[in-house]
Amino acid sequence: MAYPADYRYTKEHEWIKVDGTIGTVGITDYAQNSLGDIVFVDLPKVGDAVEAGKSFGSVESVKAVSDLFAPVSGTVTAVNEDLKDAPEKINADANTTWLLKVELSDAKQVDALLSAAEYEKFTSEETGH
Amino acid sequence: MSDTTAPTELRKTALNAVHRAAKSKMVDFGGWDMPVDCCGLIAEHMAVRTAVGVFDVSHMGDIQLRGPGSLAAVQHLCMNDASKLAVGQAHYSAMLYPNGTFVDDVIVHKLSENDYLIVINAGTREKDVQWVRKTIGHMPGVHVNDFSDYYTQLAIQGPRAAETLQKLTPTDLSTIKNYWFTWGQVCGLHNVMIARTGYTGEDGFEIYIPSDEPTSARVWGEVLAAGAEFGILACGLGARNTLRLEAAMALYGHEISDTINVLEAGLGRYAKLDKPEFVGRDALLAIQADGGPKRKLVGLEMIERGIGRDGYPVFSFDGKRLGEITSGSPSPFLKKNIALAYVPVENGALDTELAVEIRGQMVKAKVVPTPFYKRAKKTT
Repeated sequence: MAYPADYRYTKEHEWIKVDGTIGTVGITDYAQNSLGDIVFVDLPKVGDAVEAGKSFGSVESVKAVSDLFAPVSGTVTAVNEDLKDAPEKINADANTTWLLKVELSDAKQVDALLSAAEYEKFTSEETGH
Repeated sequence: MSDTTAPTELRKTALNAVHRAAKSKMVDFGGWDMPVDCCGLIAEHMAVRTAVGVFDVSHMGDIQLRGPGSLAAVQHLCMNDASKLAVGQAHYSAMLYPNGTFVDDVIVHKLSENDYLIVINAGTREKDVQWVRKTIGHMPGVHVNDFSDYYTQLAIQGPRAAETLQKLTPTDLSTIKNYWFTWGQVCGLHNVMIARTGYTGEDGFEIYIPSDEPTSARVWGEVLAAGAEFGILACGLGARNTLRLEAAMALYGHEISDTINVLEAGLGRYAKLDKPEFVGRDALLAIQADGGPKRKLVGLEMIERGIGRDGYPVFSFDGKRLGEITSGSPSPFLKKNIALAYVPVENGALDTELAVEIRGQMVKAKVVPTPFYKRAKKTT
């Protein structure tokens, strides 16, 4: 699956799509594939603050639990409630299955994130393929 | 995210190239480069519960004890009573340390009079072989052979396993009872050991074929083709773990180890204390005489939202740390979050509510009967 060129990426395998001052956050196809069947997602509440580089929740597959790291700082404005009952949607389409929407506190933080090409290169180095 | 690339020093089964070509996700399991996830753990798990799946379990070890002293050696080495085995029969057993804890759990097969095959775990192979040589090597009339690398071992498991394997062998599989085995032709190979054993809580077979790569790959492919009409899936160690956990079967290094004794593990029924002697017997008798084990292995089901996993601590409601989870996972078939844990005997009664600490939060669980899953008995 290709990584959308208009998203930015973290080395912890989250993506963010920025639209004005709102960032939509998800995990990458590489992340869902590494985790395997996702069965549980633990997310913050609307109004909670998240901080760039800090854990804001977790995602669990049958095998493993993995922390979620915020690509940017800001305030949570929406949480994808569908994932409570259907976390497997992330496996089906990681690029469009979002976790959170965040009001960015500092839009410049996005510039420090990886581009799609940089992220793809990063993951290929990580797997050695 | 962990890196799943295998360093070159990992050991490989004869099917390693087949797994890699199939893009199975590989992990280091006890020093072996093994598939953990072939096409999705939940799908693989459900295939075994409802149809059929095939596992490469060639990393398991095989020790043969042979000679006129072999029965005496097995009887000294293992806790179950091998004198009760008929030729062609197998049973669950364990090798114990003198203090009653586990060297390993094993399946003992009686190949013929004076000839036993002990199937051991992958992660403990070297330790086990050394232990066997040290423990019975001095006994008269027994020869120890490590045949671990001679076999590719495939486990074909699930309610359609017999139909799948039957297509590949003229041996009438319906004549092989659970925990019995025979030799037959499989995929044109003569004298293949076909055992009705497994580690999934489901009906199924384990076959032992020559471990050269072309033969292994050919048989693997033929099993997949034979099971295609039933929806067979190649399965990895991830599904193997969730299947055995639902069936509450012990895994070395988790429910059993060199710090856990047989009685604590709830496996006392396989320790035949009426045998005159075996390594660990005196310790087990002493524990019994002292009122029995102080802790026990219990099944837990999470009541609140959360997944208790290996190593997570378990508490009573008044905040006392009771023990920890040895294996915990979502149960793909039961669709609950289940775990096995050691707790003091007095806290282990059925329906006792406990708390599991999950990443800093106390989450409610309760003690439930094990196995979590038991297949319906068929009349065949």
